[in-house]
Amino acid sequence: MFVKQLSVFLENTEGRLDEVLKILAQGGIDLLSASLADTMEYGVLRLISKEPDKAKQILKEAGFAARIDEVIAVVVPDAVGSLAKVVGMIHAAGINISYIYGLSIDGEGAPIAIKTDDNAKAEGLLNAAGVTTLGMEDLQ
Amino acid sequence: MIWNEAKECMSRDEIEALQSARLVKVVNRVYHNVEYYRKKMQAVGLEPGDIKGIEDLDKLPYTTYQDLRDTYPFGLAAVPKSEMVRVHASSGTTGKPKIAVYTRRDIDIWAECVARCLSMAGITRDDIIQVGYGYGLFTGGLGAHYGAEYLGALVLPMSTGNTQKLIDMMIDCDVTSIACTPSYLLHVAEDLEKAGLIDKIKLKSAICGAEPWTDEMRDQMESRLHIKAYDIYGLTEMMGPGVACDCEYHRGLHIWEDHFLPEIIDPVTLKQLPKGSDGELVITNLTKEGMPLIRYRTKDLTSIQYDKCECGRTMARIQRFRGRSDDMLIIRGVNVFPSQVEAALLTVEGTTPHYMLVVDRVDNTDTLEVQVEVAENFFTDEIKSLEKLSKTVHDKLKMAIGLNAKVKLVEPNGLEHFDGKSKHVTDKRKLYQ
Repeated sequence: MFVKQLSVFLENTEGRLDEVLKILAQGGIDLLSASLADTMEYGVLRLISKEPDKAKQILKEAGFAARIDEVIAVVVPDAVGSLAKVVGMIHAAGINISYIYGLSIDGEGAPIAIKTDDNAKAEGLLNAAGVTTLGMEDLQ
Repeated sequence: MIWNEAKECMSRDEIEALQSARLVKVVNRVYHNVEYYRKKMQAVGLEPGDIKGIEDLDKLPYTTYQDLRDTYPFGLAAVPKSEMVRVHASSGTTGKPKIAVYTRRDIDIWAECVARCLSMAGITRDDIIQVGYGYGLFTGGLGAHYGAEYLGALVLPMSTGNTQKLIDMMIDCDVTSIACTPSYLLHVAEDLEKAGLIDKIKLKSAICGAEPWTDEMRDQMESRLHIKAYDIYGLTEMMGPGVACDCEYHRGLHIWEDHFLPEIIDPVTLKQLPKGSDGELVITNLTKEGMPLIRYRTKDLTSIQYDKCECGRTMARIQRFRGRSDDMLIIRGVNVFPSQVEAALLTVEGTTPHYMLVVDRVDNTDTLEVQVEVAENFFTDEIKSLEKLSKTVHDKLKMAIGLNAKVKLVEPNGLEHFDGKSKHVTDKRKLYQ
């Protein structure tokens, strides 16, 4: 039960982010979360929306390099040390976390997106420990 | 000063008589000793006896880089291996280098040619000269070195890579002359200025080559370093640096016509053009033993002037290079073909991405940026994978062309897409004016 994330390659030039977001807005894409990982010269924009495949198609037609990956959407209970516990469990299982960022999805707790090198195993062990994860259907 | 007046100041008739005699000899040698040349001549119905002098030059087939590649490494050698004493190489359009083979006599003639050039630049046995070209397969280092020693100057074989040491020794040893690429010399000038050491140097002259340069660069070198700067030309296939050089009148590069027979051809129709025409420079080795090349197409575009020069030399002068008839770039003195970059990129992910080479000159140093389009198959959502891609591209290019290129990942369609390969290059340097 993963969430589909759309990532877009962007050169670090003025107005690029603005442009990609405008194109998505014109295509009627409702964005739920955005996270930008950047370097000196380029960035990777990671987006969560209800219609990732449609969003990808729109961007592809506009000439962007975009791809879809699955990330684990973990509902982290609203308590001190909850995120540390989640990360600790994944780490203890020897799974490498590639990146992590907060999701703005309504509901209890603080939902976060986690990309690991073994999403299935990581989600399995989190669910077994009673941690809730979300799927695409939860984004409605 | 004229090193070898008997040769450098011969009358046109004497030059042509000598060239004719030597051409007949070299054609006989390659016909009898090099199967590849024999077959090439036979294919057009030529026998050595058909070549009676330079007036028959245009009957001979051309030699191109492709021939060097087809016969790599020793297929064009005209002597047995026991007679060879050295190999040099420069990069070719694909993986294999272009190599040249020398006998002991070839090395001696080369040294004399370089000595003539150094002498033209006013250098004598009283000079102390730093050689700032790379030593190795590249002809620059050893070529300039042997020439300077032949002349009797005191040589400091600096090679490349340590500007601080070059500057320290330039001052400590009272160096009076330097042989290096023009862009490197300007880089040295800048470091000297920054360190406030211009007044400490004893430099009088510089002999610069391995890359095209402009009068504006000469003005800069001369005014900033208080020296006289001379342009030396050469190519590995023919010999190395010292094929031609400019004298104090800077009216073109005197080519040593007793060893190299120049002509100008139309690169499209491949017809020999009348004296004075603009076209591609083609050179025939008249005296080389190891691997004499007949009518080698240099791909350099220029013209040749034959009138006597004010310096007293009669040797013809190659005029300013106007460009190349192929897509070779010269970056920091290194020959780079876009096709090499393309081949290197192909090994990264199995497909060739769209790419663009951007060559510039920043602070007098050539820079090479390779822009690689991050198309869908190259794109990942993780920065570390993208950085790894950049590094892989950088390392593959370093292996393929021997230069550290800056790799820049760009958005797809960020680069204009062309079919012709030369459109993969943006050269911001204004080398050909």
